[in-house]
Amino acid sequence: MAPICISSAKPTHAPPRPPPQRTDSWSHWLRRNFFQNAGSAVMTALALWALFVTVPRLVRWAFVNAVWYTQDAADCHAAAGACWAIVPEKYRVMLFGTFPYEEHWRGVLVIAIVLGLSALSTIRRLWSYWLCVAWLVATAAVFTLLLGGVFGLRPIGTHEWGGLPLTLVMFVGTVVGGIPAGILLALGRRSKMPAISALCVGFIEIVRGLPLVTVLFMASLMFPLFMPEGVTIDKFLRAQIAMTLFFAAYAAEVVRGGLQAIPRGQYEAADTVGLNYWQKMTRIILPQVMRIVLPSMMNEIIRAFKNTTFVGIIGLFDVLRATSTAIQDPVWVRYSIEAYLFIFILYFVLCFAMSKYSERVERDLAVGR
Amino acid sequence: MTDTAANASTHEPIVELRGVNKWFDDFHVLRDINLTVGRGEKVVICGPSGSGKSTVIRCINRLEEHQEGDILVDNVELTGDIRRIDAVRRKVGMVFQSFNLFPHLSVMDNLTLGPTLAQGVPQQEAEQRADELLRRVRIPDQARKFPGQLSGGQQQRVAIARALMLRPQVMLFDEPTSALDPEMIHEVLDVMTELAEAGMTMICVTHEMGFARKVADLVVFMDAGEVVEAAPPQQFFEDPASERTRLFLSQILH
Ligand SMILES: Nc1ncnc2c1ncn2[C@@H]1O[C@H](COP(=O)(O)OP(=O)(O)OP(=O)(O)O)[C@@H](O)[C@H]1O
Ligand SMILES: [Mg+2]
Repeated sequence: MAPICISSAKPTHAPPRPPPQRTDSWSHWLRRNFFQNAGSAVMTALALWALFVTVPRLVRWAFVNAVWYTQDAADCHAAAGACWAIVPEKYRVMLFGTFPYEEHWRGVLVIAIVLGLSALSTIRRLWSYWLCVAWLVATAAVFTLLLGGVFGLRPIGTHEWGGLPLTLVMFVGTVVGGIPAGILLALGRRSKMPAISALCVGFIEIVRGLPLVTVLFMASLMFPLFMPEGVTIDKFLRAQIAMTLFFAAYAAEVVRGGLQAIPRGQYEAADTVGLNYWQKMTRIILPQVMRIVLPSMMNEIIRAFKNTTFVGIIGLFDVLRATSTAIQDPVWVRYSIEAYLFIFILYFVLCFAMSKYSERVERDLAVGR
Repeated sequence: MTDTAANASTHEPIVELRGVNKWFDDFHVLRDINLTVGRGEKVVICGPSGSGKSTVIRCINRLEEHQEGDILVDNVELTGDIRRIDAVRRKVGMVFQSFNLFPHLSVMDNLTLGPTLAQGVPQQEAEQRADELLRRVRIPDQARKFPGQLSGGQQQRVAIARALMLRPQVMLFDEPTSALDPEMIHEVLDVMTELAEAGMTMICVTHEMGFARKVADLVVFMDAGEVVEAAPPQQFFEDPASERTRLFLSQILH
């Protein structure tokens, strides 16, 4: 028998009309998201119970019964809640560590310059040659303020640096030095000269195979052994170099990923219009690479910021170490949680800002594509 | 090949390949290629996929390195010497199948970057030159746009203008219209035809046989890394000597 075709289609006659109304009342929404089925209802109930148990106690401790300001630790002792008074009491030591007390205004200026210029740098309209100049000027200003010795400023040795200025300078130095170093390492890794490429691969892999703490210890303990007699590099600089090299190894891997994403045709086109290697890299390849890797580079940058807390281990007074020193005061020592919470919030705000910013850049670049 | 020789005797040769051989690892991709292109003449290269057409023209500006034989461009012999490579690349412009414009730069910057950086042409002069060329490829109003904002045909014409910025003596085209929608092919071919009429030396890999018929002085058919046939278009299309050519033509002309 001949097969019978049962497929069919009916011609339609339907003018376009708006989509059906979504009936999304909030009771509906609640049911859909929290009480879909028995399992999700149990989870919701458990979560609610957990919140019910913890949140009121937390609120009572942190706000209701808290002591916000006092110069007498006994007031805190009398209260049942948090003792936020430790922050106004100790903030100078927490934020500036070993930095000489009368010179704290210099530290304040450094913080203002670094944070202010970082904020300005997030505005894409301002991205230009002038922003680089501004950073150079800012760097000079920051080091003048911190080191002193000119313009009638009292000289301050790096061993006296501390607190947030130290953290910020260490962080900015790490990123500003580490990105170019990372780019050079990534380019070196692809070099046609085997010696250069082996050197770069070796460096990247060794550094990535080590915990930051060991790199810092090596810098602080072993560097001096390799140095010729009489040459000493100060502790801050040693830590700065170690942090920068550590960051550079990770930045190099990020850049390498970006380099792989650039089609061969871009290199060839650059060759045919007569550009030499460095012109080709700086004008054609790297601008495209940096655009691609910006989100992952921001991740590394945020991590570098958090990593600055490790320098406390080799005896530098970054914010965290300065704080743990500040709370050594026997009168206040029992309120260390509040002091640490304050510092955690500080770190969180800065990291969160960076992460939000990187999200925005990612979105902007996606739109531009 | 006799025709090439005849041309070469009346005009001076500008590109010469003598006994060029090239291997990709063990794969013999160019086998004893001899090709002479006279100044101002137009050569179209065609042949099946993988026959080595791209490789031949990429050897002419050293995007690929040949292992045996001589390649001379305007009397400069291509060797590993970086100065010679630079000298040759200054004389040779290239247009790619996939345009290869710089996506992060405006059309204007795409054009001026080469001359200003590589030849030290002042920015203003380079921009003038760019304006002129953009008019010539009929996209005068797009200089501030970015490549991603242009149609394929417009992008390829920008790429042609970019290649002309260095005032090359020879233009290489590697399937310049293969990545384009049919309605855009013509705008690109028109620009190329005008360029040919203006006397530019052109070596063009293409399967646009209408274009070949109209502008080519010599049509070269390659297969499996060899030049199978080389003849003026009239003879090439009407009366090809080789059976392989005839087969190829019957496949692409229908
Ligand atoms: N970089 C490379 N490494 C190894 N083999 C290659 C490379 N480039 C090309 N080939 C091979 O060489 C041969 C010739 O390539 P070529 O690109 O010159 O061909 P073509 O004639 O231009 O073909 P198409 O019409 O597909 O562009 C092909 O078989 C290709 O696979
Ligand atoms: Mg090809």
